[in-house]
Amino acid sequence: MSLRGAVAIVGAAESTDLGRIPDKSALELHADAALNALADCGLTPADVDGVASAGEMPVDVADYLGIVPEYLDGTNVGGSSFMLHVRHAMAAIASGLCETVLVTHGESGRSRVGMVPWMPAPQSLMGQLEVPYGPVGAPSLFPIGVRQYMARYGMTREQLALVPVIQREWAALNPRAKLRDPITVEDVFASPVIADPVHLLHCCLVTDGGGALVLTSAERAKDLHPSPVYVLGAGESSESSVVSGLESLTSSRAIRMGGERAFAQSGIRHDDVDHLMIYDAFAHVPIYGLEDLGFVGRGEAPAFIEDRNTAPGGRLPLNTNGGGLSYTHTGMYGMFAIQESVRQVRGIAPAQVHGVDVSVATGVGGMFMSSGTLVLGSAATV
Amino acid sequence: MKPVAQPTPDTREWFALIDEGRLTVPRCLECRAFFLYPRSFCPRCGHRDVELVDAAGTGTLLSFVINHRGPEGFEPPYALAIVELAEGPHLMGALRAPDLEAVAVNTPVRVAFEQRGERRVVCFDVEEAA
Repeated sequence: MSLRGAVAIVGAAESTDLGRIPDKSALELHADAALNALADCGLTPADVDGVASAGEMPVDVADYLGIVPEYLDGTNVGGSSFMLHVRHAMAAIASGLCETVLVTHGESGRSRVGMVPWMPAPQSLMGQLEVPYGPVGAPSLFPIGVRQYMARYGMTREQLALVPVIQREWAALNPRAKLRDPITVEDVFASPVIADPVHLLHCCLVTDGGGALVLTSAERAKDLHPSPVYVLGAGESSESSVVSGLESLTSSRAIRMGGERAFAQSGIRHDDVDHLMIYDAFAHVPIYGLEDLGFVGRGEAPAFIEDRNTAPGGRLPLNTNGGGLSYTHTGMYGMFAIQESVRQVRGIAPAQVHGVDVSVATGVGGMFMSSGTLVLGSAATV
Repeated sequence: MKPVAQPTPDTREWFALIDEGRLTVPRCLECRAFFLYPRSFCPRCGHRDVELVDAAGTGTLLSFVINHRGPEGFEPPYALAIVELAEGPHLMGALRAPDLEAVAVNTPVRVAFEQRGERRVVCFDVEEAA
């Protein structure tokens, strides 16, 4: 049984506000986004029989919204969780376990309202193997391979700095983006050093917000939304939750394997991809992602970005909402990457790329601990 | 004080040897593969008989960051690194060098230890050029 195009996203919306939302708890942000996504396809919580969420438990989300679920997915692999939720929902709907799955995200990343404090347990792998060395959270751990990448492939500091510079160009086209003022490579270098070679402007935002998706069968989708976005392919994988356990410091096995699966299922070739989202918690992640997804060869991503292929007007528009570096980043950014892919395929994005029929969204969890990739397509691709 | 590991039953012996100033690398008695982090079985073949072998104490610096901010107890700038040990597996540790800014990746390092109360943690000293 081929699941290609069997399921579609019919509802997609973010929370009413993004940024600083001190008057809403994390769970409330899930619900706010969920109601917006349901309204997008004319449904109510009573129409939902499947709930998937990360951060907050799907049990809590379902109960908060008054949903009586027949399908629950609490997969939590950090920021890539939502790509996995979509993939699992694809299988669940196609096999008849449920009919309508609501995928929700909400996080009070900045205001910390109703959030469980984030601190690795002392007896966790991170607690034993990383915390004793004094990492400054993700900025010390996620980009630790960058120096080896620079030594191996000759990437310059200027090339790395171009990632936030070009994403800010996209953000300038998006009124909802948090940071919209143009920046230069010199601005990146002048921003405070967090964990050398990482400066502040290489790092994502920290915001409050949420997002939600409604998925159903392709047959039913046509009656619910004028532009269903079809799930053509999906893939997922994981590897070590500590950096020392990763197979490579210059590549992500999880992105590579999830990407291969997603492309194989979709039957889509790289040349067919009109638009791309790669989770950018830090500036180097799109560089790794471009290579691990197979859009360019090993070591070629920095020059590919420098040549403005991913910039406005380029042939592979990347992170067109401004990305986690400039748009928003609640802590689990993957939901926002999917939201932008859906908007681009529907043709309603603020920085709309002309004629997007195929969009690819890749999420990452932890410090390359997990990854999920979705290939999404318009009706013309099914 | 800087944090120390709170070992679990499967990592306790490895950390106890570190406290004695001995870095060991687990090895599978079946497939002979070295691996890290420590586990009570082999992540390559699933065999449950593993031994802890004394590390040569040398390795290659794969990558590092220099932290310019730090949690309580850490005085910036200080570096943390991923090293490929002579036995093959990778390990994180504190990186020590007279001038961190001058350190290049792929240089040889030697295992050392930093005393923290009754515990020790793994450090890597950049080898002086001959």
